[in-house]
Amino acid sequence: MTTLRQSGRLTSGSRSRWLNADRLFRGGSGAFAFGIIVLLAGIGTLLFISSIPTWRTFGLAFITGTVWNPVTSVYGALPFIIGTLETSLIALVLAAPIGLLTAIFLAELAPRRVAVPVSFLIELLAAIPSVVIGLWGVFVLSPFLRGTVEAWISSTIGRYVGFLAGPSFGVGIFAAGVILAIMILPTIVSISREVITAVPNNQREAMLALGATRWETVRKAVIPFARSGIIGAIILGLGRALGETMAVTMVIGNNTRVPTRLFDQGQTISSQIATTFNEAGVGLQTSALITLGFILLIMTISLNIVARLLVRRVAGDGVGQATGG
Amino acid sequence: MAVASRSIPASLVRSGADRRRALIDRLFRSLALLAAVICVIPLFLIVAYVVINGIGALNLDLLTKAPRALGVGGGAEAAILGSIQMVALASLMAIPAGILAAVYVSEFSHRRSATVIRFSADVLVGIPSILMGIFVFTFLVLPFHQYNAFAGSVALAFLMVPIIMRTTEEMLRLVPGDLREASFALGVPTWRTVLSVVLRTGLPGILTGVMLAVARAAGETAPLLFTALGSRLVNVGDWSKPMDALPIFVYTNARQPIAALNEQAWGAALLLLMFVLTINILVRARTWSVRSR
Amino acid sequence: MKEIPEMAIESLDRAGETAAVASPNGQSPSDQQSVARYAGAPGSPLATAPTSVATGAMEVQALNVYYSAFRAVRDVSLPITPQSVTALIGPSGCGKSTFLRTLNRMHEVIPGARVEGTVTLDGVDVYDPRIDPVQLRRVIGMVFQRPNPFPTMSIYDNVVAGLRLTGRHSKASLDGVVERSLQRAALWNEVKDKLRQSGVSLSGGQQQRLCIARALAVDPEVILMDEPCSALDPVATLKIEELISDLRDRYTIVIVTHNMQQASRVSDQTAFFTMGDDRAGYLVEMGPTKEMFTSPKDQLTEDYVSGRFG
Repeated sequence: MTTLRQSGRLTSGSRSRWLNADRLFRGGSGAFAFGIIVLLAGIGTLLFISSIPTWRTFGLAFITGTVWNPVTSVYGALPFIIGTLETSLIALVLAAPIGLLTAIFLAELAPRRVAVPVSFLIELLAAIPSVVIGLWGVFVLSPFLRGTVEAWISSTIGRYVGFLAGPSFGVGIFAAGVILAIMILPTIVSISREVITAVPNNQREAMLALGATRWETVRKAVIPFARSGIIGAIILGLGRALGETMAVTMVIGNNTRVPTRLFDQGQTISSQIATTFNEAGVGLQTSALITLGFILLIMTISLNIVARLLVRRVAGDGVGQATGG
Repeated sequence: MAVASRSIPASLVRSGADRRRALIDRLFRSLALLAAVICVIPLFLIVAYVVINGIGALNLDLLTKAPRALGVGGGAEAAILGSIQMVALASLMAIPAGILAAVYVSEFSHRRSATVIRFSADVLVGIPSILMGIFVFTFLVLPFHQYNAFAGSVALAFLMVPIIMRTTEEMLRLVPGDLREASFALGVPTWRTVLSVVLRTGLPGILTGVMLAVARAAGETAPLLFTALGSRLVNVGDWSKPMDALPIFVYTNARQPIAALNEQAWGAALLLLMFVLTINILVRARTWSVRSR
Repeated sequence: MKEIPEMAIESLDRAGETAAVASPNGQSPSDQQSVARYAGAPGSPLATAPTSVATGAMEVQALNVYYSAFRAVRDVSLPITPQSVTALIGPSGCGKSTFLRTLNRMHEVIPGARVEGTVTLDGVDVYDPRIDPVQLRRVIGMVFQRPNPFPTMSIYDNVVAGLRLTGRHSKASLDGVVERSLQRAALWNEVKDKLRQSGVSLSGGQQQRLCIARALAVDPEVILMDEPCSALDPVATLKIEELISDLRDRYTIVIVTHNMQQASRVSDQTAFFTMGDDRAGYLVEMGPTKEMFTSPKDQLTEDYVSGRFG
């Protein structure tokens, strides 16, 4: 910045000392700033290096392998990839419409004195530690789901559709999906709300002046304008669901077989790591677990990048910072 | 007035099709309201259950006793002390690092590198925290063949840095440029301008970000599992040994088939929740009231 | 059902009144224009679309507009002559845009905004609880300061955006509306070969005419224009002004403008607003445009039009 240098020149007497202190300050702070990039690169590199033995042993078949057996040293990631995708998908199906509607409610419909406290409460939900939500999930939500939703589905549609058949245990893929839905709601709501708020008012006015109702204004003017940002918000939610660990670990049932039914117990990538990493002896099993982590890293980073680019297209830079898993 | 009693032309009232449109509009508004209600319900349910189940377990024993080495009983003293120590050390490392990184991005860096750094921070925030645990495990645990509290602190610090950096930077950007120029014009060097003018002006906002990051770190479990590991022993000050933390305490006790331990998990969860929510409510209530002015 | 005949009768009455001074119903716009030039001359009611029974005369009485506790507009009463152009001028912040928005109840979108007083359209109180603001805005259309086409829609879709809100329309009828509206908005020749392109691909002036076409497509009686040229260059401004002259024969137009020359060029009536000590806007005087600019009655108006204001 030229102004800085100019100001340095003004204090001619002690110029060199000031310049040195400034340079030190600049260099020191720069080290931390670039340290953030190094940290990100470091995580990727280290996880990749640690995963090499696994790729050497199994090749790409690691991704499609359905068996995870430490006794025979055969490791396949498919059960966990399926578990991760399935739980995240459930979460998305539940949370995306509710989250988007809530964001619309807060940005378009609610008066300020309602919107402010509701947004506040939703931000508080995001602040609850994962392990506390998990605790509630195990002891409250899962039994409740088993007795109500799961029992009802498996005794009605479940008779004809194998995927929805019982038995249900409460803990399992479905419960994990519901927990994840609760956890990603704040992400979807707050970012969609910011994106919707960023839609210029003249778009709403144009539609209203044509004799549109509020709903028509939202559907035909606001949502199309904010579309990429809303998609970004939902993808950020998805990214958070993919990586969420503790709450899922506590309610998913920790079963390493490929889940075939909605109420099966299963394991996501992160819950598999959380439950078995410490017991794994140093060697191929640890490498296989880290490889799972590497796959998860690639998934979440790519989703994050896509999502943030989409959000930024609508709402500019600062939106959605410090949110996510 | 004559006008009031006049009948209304057909073009200005709703016809059948328009009534349908109005109905859909009302349906949409009700659904949106319903969605907002649904969004808020889990918070109340979770808080209510944690308070109801935890209040009974929240006694002096839980706060002041170490867990029994064997069997059931004791308290969460090791976890409470461990959380305080590890979060404190993590904050000690992360707060200056995050703030300095933000200062660089907002005061010194070129546009492009600022964008890259900002983006990296955002991506870093989005990375599952358990991966941070693995990452730190590989270079602070594996080489020493020893789970240790220091590694736990580092993992927490790594989580905090990007959060602090982003919120701080956001605040620094709000500091008006002419304040800086006024300081430069007085011949004050850059580093003093930043410390005494820029950072001081942005201080309330920066504190907000820092507090939120601390609350977040205090609630994290996953990065500690493979670093600090957790422990049934009270560890004060020995960073080379495993250390317990409240979230780990909740997790391990929740997974035991013993009601008394589950109850302790609720008690510890209540402690954790009170800490995290208090910080969040204080901090956010402040920001909200500032924003609405 | 019984309302309609009454309105029809009234509109016939009005047609009878105006027939005496109405221009011959020549189809060439320039013919009509020359006749309608002199101040206050209403266009022929026969020129309005056959479906509309009303003529688009408005009357505002003792109107006050508030934003929460703040009074933005104080006690305005004025008539709006059908099929003519009424310009609202005055210094910025004098409430003329706010006033304009109350005519089709667009101010209701702003939280805390409310009005007292009456606004009538062809004798009907637009604030009557039986009136649906959504329907009202189809009868009283609006064009805004900055061109605001929907960026995700094509030119074609922009024009029919309002029509598509209500029921189903055959492609042929939509095509017809698109062509007619764009022609009336003097944009057809420029865009007829690229109707499927995005509306934002057009120049600023074209975008504004697209927005006018969009407002015309729902067949309004009154068109409110809120400084429609303030974001445009002089050439584009001229085109819009010419367009306004063409439109006056079919529509009642109320235009807010900062630009006094513009008001003197395009309008038949001019209303001058200013701001009182309480920061509320009020109407100083209103009259035929020519009189307002040559021999205003009020000193404030004289000062303003002769540039002696701030």
